[in-house]
Amino acid sequence: MIPSLLGISIVLFSLLAMAPGDPFEELATNPAIPPEVRANLRAKFGLDDPVWMRYWHWLIAMMQGDWGFSFVSRMDVSTLILQRLPVTLVVIGASQILAIAVALPVGVLAATRPYSLFDQIANTFAFIGFSLPTFFTGLVLILIFSIQLDWLPFVYRADISATGWAFYWEHIKQSIMPVTVLGLFQGAALVRFVRSSVLDVIRLDYVTTARSKGIGERKVITKHVVRNALIPVVTLVALQMPIVFGGAVVTEQIFRVPGIGSLLISAMLANDTPVVMGVTFVSACLVVLFNLIADILYGWLDPRIAFR
Amino acid sequence: MNERELRGLIGKVKAGKLSRRGFVQRMMAVGIAAPISAQLLVASGVAMAQSPSTYKPTKRGGGGPLKVLWWQGPTLLNPHFAVGTKDQDGSRLFYEPLAAWDNDGNLQPKLAAVIPTKENGGIAADGKSVTWKLKQGVTWHDGKPFTADDAVFNWEYAKDPATAAVTIGSYQDVVVEKVDQYTIVVKFAKPTPFWADAFVGTRGMQIPKHLFADFIGAKSRDAPTNLKPVGTGPYMFKDFKPGDLVTGVINPNYHQANKPFFDSIEMKGGGDAVSAARAVLQTGEFDFAWNMQVEDEILSRLEKGGKGRVQVTPGGNIEHIQFNTTDPWTEVDGERSSIKTKHPTLSDPAVRKAIALIVDNKSIEQHIYGRTGPATRDFLNNPSRFRSKDNPVEFNVDKANEILDKAGWAKGADGIRAKDGKKLKFVYQTSINQPRQKTQAIVKQSAQKAGIDMELKSVTASVFFSSDVANPDTYTKFYCDLQMYTTTMSQPDPQVFMNQFTSWEVATKDNKWQGRNITRWRNEEYDKIFRASESELDPVKRTAMYIKMNDMAVQDLAVMGVVQRPTVSALASKLNANISGWDNNTSDLSDWFKDA
Repeated sequence: MIPSLLGISIVLFSLLAMAPGDPFEELATNPAIPPEVRANLRAKFGLDDPVWMRYWHWLIAMMQGDWGFSFVSRMDVSTLILQRLPVTLVVIGASQILAIAVALPVGVLAATRPYSLFDQIANTFAFIGFSLPTFFTGLVLILIFSIQLDWLPFVYRADISATGWAFYWEHIKQSIMPVTVLGLFQGAALVRFVRSSVLDVIRLDYVTTARSKGIGERKVITKHVVRNALIPVVTLVALQMPIVFGGAVVTEQIFRVPGIGSLLISAMLANDTPVVMGVTFVSACLVVLFNLIADILYGWLDPRIAFR
Repeated sequence: MNERELRGLIGKVKAGKLSRRGFVQRMMAVGIAAPISAQLLVASGVAMAQSPSTYKPTKRGGGGPLKVLWWQGPTLLNPHFAVGTKDQDGSRLFYEPLAAWDNDGNLQPKLAAVIPTKENGGIAADGKSVTWKLKQGVTWHDGKPFTADDAVFNWEYAKDPATAAVTIGSYQDVVVEKVDQYTIVVKFAKPTPFWADAFVGTRGMQIPKHLFADFIGAKSRDAPTNLKPVGTGPYMFKDFKPGDLVTGVINPNYHQANKPFFDSIEMKGGGDAVSAARAVLQTGEFDFAWNMQVEDEILSRLEKGGKGRVQVTPGGNIEHIQFNTTDPWTEVDGERSSIKTKHPTLSDPAVRKAIALIVDNKSIEQHIYGRTGPATRDFLNNPSRFRSKDNPVEFNVDKANEILDKAGWAKGADGIRAKDGKKLKFVYQTSINQPRQKTQAIVKQSAQKAGIDMELKSVTASVFFSSDVANPDTYTKFYCDLQMYTTTMSQPDPQVFMNQFTSWEVATKDNKWQGRNITRWRNEEYDKIFRASESELDPVKRTAMYIKMNDMAVQDLAVMGVVQRPTVSALASKLNANISGWDNNTSDLSDWFKDA
């Protein structure tokens, strides 16, 4: 885990250092600001040092828990990220729950009745779902639900002034579209996966044995089939986390959700290297973390997979 | 309009035969922007009038929340660190300068009791000092009084290079002294005709001494107040998430009676310009959206929803084409476009003239920019008193052909003109931005008809506008024949703006291409006039000088205007907001209100 994070950070840092652009670009094009100001700032933030030295400084600071200092906002990167992280986790979490809540029953049902009408409809929607990119479905939803029907707001606001039930209602209302976009994109791929995984298991001998013992169909499916079929699905959910984060970046930008995705985009546009490093690093950590969770889940789903 | 005519009109105003408004209108008619005409009057001894207030509410508050959308949200809230307009606009919710520029270029007092004039003794006769009387009874949001000590502190804070304030340019060359508790004097080393820089507008926002005194110089970044502003403005700070959200609540002790109208303000950031326009014009989720860089066609369509309107405010942005006077294709002492060279073909005035004739400004306005880009040939357009009348927009391919024929550029077998073996082939570069690429295409098309070959080049904006010394594609290096971009005149005085054609500002390898004269055009007479304008205290003469300078650069075709780029905002239909092209979008926030 540590070596992979280290490798990720080296690649990120050198890529960012090689990319064109300057965080104080706007100063350069503004005639009222003398060039010395920019030179001063560059020196102050150590931008004139060689790349390896800057990386070294960054790494040492990072190990001491110092995430660095945003060039653009002139505040600590950790504060910036902590402000944004909860929203992203809530949106991504909710969309994952939605994805699983849709994919599991639909996938299992489709697998138990393969090539039925239900299966075919489910398959069709699954294909449409994961073929359409999130930026497209997001815009379509905005056009329908915000502009035509005027039901839902398309600008996400973190500070809802209402209290009590109204507060939660407002939050749910503005979260519906981003969560749906992300969740259905995920869910569509999962449906296909759950279906094929269940199909693989349902033909195995032990399932026939269970049935012949006279155990009810419902119990066979939930206790015997699904539990075993879930192992590859858990892997997929964990492996898809990077894609979810990617989708979240785009979705957050469209709906103006103040999460780490939109922070990443604005930081990249402003060439704010420490923030870009911080956000990408947090995403990397989260992905590694989800892989770890997947490993632990294996053990629970299948006791034969033990930790040594 | 020459100097004598100007003086005649000013005399009439003084004698009471012509109203101020009439004067300004007449100046507008001849293309002199209101800010300039207003300053002409001031300098000639007519008191600067307060533009009549359009503010209607008769009590403070009661207007509900004001929701504004900046598609790039403010990332910091210390006005001395505020680089872009978004940061300045955000800071302006809480902080105020001594005086603000209104859209006519008049100074409006904010924290100043009166605007300094010659008559009230504010401006010294020798032009070497300005005395500001501060408004009394103004308090910071934490209840402490605002005094001359605060103003002097802002000067000390900004001028210290270790603070790394972006406002340093306005404060480092002046000396500020406290006269009494509510008076300061700003002293200049030499006679300074444009004195309204420090303490005014975007650079003039005042921060409180008692909260920043311990954080001057290298410690500036540690000040907790950087993120939790305490100012004198109409709204008090509530919450700030960089890039996302700034919120404020009404300041119950604001120093202007019955203001502000709204109970709270919410400035949301992020997203893109088109959806921001939608949120105001089509769904009405927000009351105001900033910087509508959206095609006019789309804006007009969204406006049909009837929930909002688009407001266009003229300012100092000019999309222009530069002609390289040096040779970009020959390397001399490690740099191309060196001033030791001359451009092989563009140095012929006939070629430059022909190129100017094939640029169809009117079509570019009509088909690309619409309301958001009025055609112009001038470089200096606003304030309108500085606008020359002598450079009409002209598009005429036949005439271009005629000129080139006369000058001996004959069409070859490939349809491209050549003379002495040198072909009229040019590389025309700009940044990647859809309207710019469309403009390039329009120019290329008519160039072909005149036997000129234009190779179009577009560079991604983050490279084009960077100051990366190692990159050959930056606009300051200008390693091509023609280039196009928008430059900004940020204050209603052209002095800083017009130094872009002085010989000592030429961008070279020696100054790491940080010089501001990108075209490398040099002219002794221009230099002389510019030097004179720096200390010319008679505003009428000074105005004439700037018009002359514009004409020299434009008529010799070092540069040609394409379109002006005014400030475009989207407003909810009931919202009344005065936007100034010479100050922050939120400079007049205390006076914003909604019709009942």
